[in-house]
Amino acid sequence: MKLLFEKSIQGRSGKYLSECDVPMLDLPSGLERETPPGLPELAETDVSRHYSALESRTFGINDGFYPLGSCTMKYNPKINEKVSSLPGFTGLHPLQPVDSVQGMLEALYLADTYLAQITGMDKMTLQPAAGAHGEFAGLLLFKKYHEERGDTARTKVIVPDSAHGTNPATASMCGMSVVKLPSGGDGCIDMEKLRAVVGPDTAGIMLTNPNTLGIFESNILEITKIVHEAGGLCYYDGANLNAIAGVMRPGDMGFDCIHLNLHKTFSTPHGGGGPGSGAVGCKDFLIKYLPGPQINKAGETYRFEASPQSFGNLLAFYGNALTVLRALAFIMAYGKDGLPRMSQHAVLNANYLKHRLSERFRIFNRGLCMHEFVISMEREAKEHGVAAIDMAKSFLDNGMMAPTMYFPLIVKEALMVEPTETEGKETLDNVADIYIRLYDEAMANPEAAKLFPRNTVIGRPDEVEAARNPRVRYK
Amino acid sequence: MNFPENLKYSKDHEWVQYTESGSALVGISDFAQSQLGALVFVNLPEVGETVEVGERFCDVESVKAVSDVYSPVTGTVKAVNEDLQDSPETINSDPYGAWIAEIEDITATDELMSASEYEAFCKEV
Repeated sequence: MKLLFEKSIQGRSGKYLSECDVPMLDLPSGLERETPPGLPELAETDVSRHYSALESRTFGINDGFYPLGSCTMKYNPKINEKVSSLPGFTGLHPLQPVDSVQGMLEALYLADTYLAQITGMDKMTLQPAAGAHGEFAGLLLFKKYHEERGDTARTKVIVPDSAHGTNPATASMCGMSVVKLPSGGDGCIDMEKLRAVVGPDTAGIMLTNPNTLGIFESNILEITKIVHEAGGLCYYDGANLNAIAGVMRPGDMGFDCIHLNLHKTFSTPHGGGGPGSGAVGCKDFLIKYLPGPQINKAGETYRFEASPQSFGNLLAFYGNALTVLRALAFIMAYGKDGLPRMSQHAVLNANYLKHRLSERFRIFNRGLCMHEFVISMEREAKEHGVAAIDMAKSFLDNGMMAPTMYFPLIVKEALMVEPTETEGKETLDNVADIYIRLYDEAMANPEAAKLFPRNTVIGRPDEVEAARNPRVRYK
Repeated sequence: MNFPENLKYSKDHEWVQYTESGSALVGISDFAQSQLGALVFVNLPEVGETVEVGERFCDVESVKAVSDVYSPVTGTVKAVNEDLQDSPETINSDPYGAWIAEIEDITATDELMSASEYEAFCKEV
């Protein structure tokens, strides 16, 4: 498919408005560019068709099953769009006087309040623009907390080996070092190993619960206690909140700080560039270090207040506000009774699909899983040459997105499946039938399985070449 | 799978070759590279850095994941194989030629295996 730049025809334009009648203003000399920018010249129809063609080549949750484990690719309700596109919200400028944006502030304050209630935190910041950005904010809170107490030897962050890759990356970005904690045989935290690594250099622990294997860490109260007694803080990676939202609260598990991926659990757009939102919540004793101006309520008015001990800003303004509004619409539409049902259905769907697939596939989780489960293709890869990637590519050919592959790292040939609550039983049955048929076909003919996908826009990209010699710009 | 007799091996799949001066060349085994798949980046240690038995001293990146490489000895990095920065794939094509670092002033060594012991160890993994 050609790029817009390649489709450009000199002199072509989509201009049909009358000539501008505002006088042109000349810039002071030296500020004007010497040559005009090399923008493509096309008619509006061509541009519109170009983007429609691009859209038809992508695959999203509106096209079909999208079980990307740990990513919670759920349907985005249209009510979210309706609320966030109200002109009273979209027409605002971030530097408008505070008394002219009271409605927006009230909405953001409400989102803050609800998210804090759902997670058991005392205050949120809506500023971080994505999950990893939120993690960064959370660890900066930890760092600031230790620094303010003169406890500067606390530079180590404990991260289980099943963690999301962003956790150790975040710790490094904050100038701390990572202590990798090997999981026990059941995929959960090994309590003896945890006791052995905590100490006066522990800044904190980063944990997801349920973990990336879809297993709930049943020792969670003991885990947070061990870290607290060693003087460290506990960070909850909210990527897997969809399993427990409305049912359990990380704050009650002993966590001091949390980030939420509003684009996962709270159904804001995801995967196409979002924009995302990595709202961060914390307990009382950390509020004074939160980034940026906080929205507070005084009587009936809302205002921005900056804490002198804040670690600073993470974005120019107040976060992706319209994204937060989508999440707020979702929370208010589901309500106090709907949110627990959402999580329960997410867990039910995962268990139903896991049960159906266990007819053929080996699944790491023994017993019940939470919102996701992990298939291991290790034996099939070793004995028959059918690897996780071969199965994943065959799914693409059958109108569905592949699960997350080769993650978590502690399971070999992993396929991590998270159906979410927004799939019906008919879809899950259909998916299970297709998975099982493709499995049988691949095992009967491993050579043919290497040729998938046959029907997608591109076949198997050369990932090694792409990583070794990336071409990152159009020439 | 190749297990040269003249090398020693750690349970973390590094190989060690002692030089005449008493320093040690360290790399990752044929088994390790086959498990990792095609490598696209090697993050080398720095010359002069001290390394410790069982501690991460380098990481290698494949399309699938970044993996730590653990030092089989305690000592100081005397030299690193700069060629790996431009051609990490050498580790895949020639794992025992593609040394990662040379360690000198060795004060401790991991419990290392002989080629036959390591070959048996890999069969069980």
